[in-house]
Amino acid sequence: MNSENKMMIKVNKVSYSYPVQSGQEAINALDDVSFEVKKGEFVGIIGHNGSGKSTLSKLLNAIILPIQGDVLINGLNTKEETNVWAIRQSAGMVFQNPDNQLVATIVEEDVAFGPENLGVPPLEIRERVDQALAVVEMQTYARQKPHQLSGGQKQRIAIAGILAMEPDCIIFDEPTAMLDPSGRREVMETIKKLNRDKNMTVIHVTHYMSEIINADRIIVMDQGKIVMQGQPAEIFTQVEALKKIGLDVPQMTELAYELKKEAVNLSGNILSIDEMVEALCQLK
Amino acid sequence: MLKDVTIGQYYPTGSLIHRLDPRTKILFTTAFIVMLFLINNLWGYLVAFLLIACVTLITKIPVSYIIRGIKGLVLIIMLTVILNLFMTPGQVIASIGPLSVTLEGLKTATFMATRLILLVVGTSIMTLTTSPIDLTDGMEWCIRFIPLVRRYAHELSMMMSIALRFIPTLMEETDWIMKAQKARGANFETGSLLSRAKNLIPILVPLFISAFRRADELATAMEARCYRGGENRTRMKQLIFVKADYLSFLVMVIMIAGLVGTRFIAIPLLFPV
Repeated sequence: MNSENKMMIKVNKVSYSYPVQSGQEAINALDDVSFEVKKGEFVGIIGHNGSGKSTLSKLLNAIILPIQGDVLINGLNTKEETNVWAIRQSAGMVFQNPDNQLVATIVEEDVAFGPENLGVPPLEIRERVDQALAVVEMQTYARQKPHQLSGGQKQRIAIAGILAMEPDCIIFDEPTAMLDPSGRREVMETIKKLNRDKNMTVIHVTHYMSEIINADRIIVMDQGKIVMQGQPAEIFTQVEALKKIGLDVPQMTELAYELKKEAVNLSGNILSIDEMVEALCQLK
Repeated sequence: MLKDVTIGQYYPTGSLIHRLDPRTKILFTTAFIVMLFLINNLWGYLVAFLLIACVTLITKIPVSYIIRGIKGLVLIIMLTVILNLFMTPGQVIASIGPLSVTLEGLKTATFMATRLILLVVGTSIMTLTTSPIDLTDGMEWCIRFIPLVRRYAHELSMMMSIALRFIPTLMEETDWIMKAQKARGANFETGSLLSRAKNLIPILVPLFISAFRRADELATAMEARCYRGGENRTRMKQLIFVKADYLSFLVMVIMIAGLVGTRFIAIPLLFPV
């Protein structure tokens, strides 16, 4: 669609504030935010509550429009009303609450909801639904009722529902926040698989550091601004700075940080248990 | 208490009737209800009863399960019978004190009771054999033929299916809220009817707030999935009439002809009509 550059998402000097009642002062939820996402990239957006990360994700799907600046998805500006449906088709969104985004009473009917809205012919919808359910490994649940599924399974159905619309990019707005640890693992596996095997562009908004250790790039948000941006190893080693804005670093990174403070000579950036084991074994 | 009502519940057995197109079943049931009110003699009721009996056998649903559906309506049926029995003027056949039973009363009471029972059984067979989603789809199609409301066919069926989707979710939520309020010392079991009703307020308020929040989130999620009303929308599942449906239509025509026909054959039977 947009051949001159391969940018999937382009956010250019975007500011946004939520409407307030008269007399109150409007606070910028987002303040002059700019970044770009390439096709096939896995970008993690992290920040504590009120950092503007959820606002940012809503801007990417044209659910809200920037007050200043522009958001371009596949070269289409979200401000143009005629672009809205094309944008929502190419940038799908998975929300936090698994219950409040499933529409139909049967799993496969729900997955079909998106393509039905797009006016896809019935036989093709059937194919897309079967494929999408296969990707999230929920084929056996096709005829089940959503309320009989676990939180993680519901979230995978929500992902399948987006996949059936054949998007170029999926925005995950804290999809694991309401799940138990096993549900969280299921959903994260699925997200990683999509990015790895389907080359799906993924924007993962979360407040769990551990979920985005494997991301290509991490954007750290605080008070409506981007405060840090870079590869996971670069970001997580700045333990002090992250703690200052109320974020936790991965357990192993923190341990390595504490050990280094105690003059234990650990080499490299440590994010996972494996890396820690590796580093510890190399100690003399 | 709510569990005893079998009307509106789905009882899957995979029978021939279950596999019929929902539209066929809706049309058939509507025709049957209209016919019930056109019947005016015993022959008609006999035909209607035989028809229902045959259909029930084909559905493979246990008869006891269907009868349970009638139980909930026993009170209404009894009331109808008693009122008709004593209030119809005519030839007195027995009297208890100031009340007297007339021959006409006996006749109307029997017919009314039969009519009500057949009505309930007929409609519950439709809901017992059709899943709520199929029923919604079928109704969407049928509404398209009703003037004035046809413009809202898609909206109405969407509302119905969302309601069906959220009933279990909200039931579960009610349960949580009740437990949470009980843990804080709320009492829902004892006290007068009025105080018990008052005690429900701490359940209803959070439930309503949560329902509105859910509705808001769901609307956002639906729009994010490109929902923009019924226009240009396709459906994955297409409703297609098959041989069995055409056969049912034939049965329906025969039923209508037969039941209307009984109005014209006045053969006195068992007791004078």
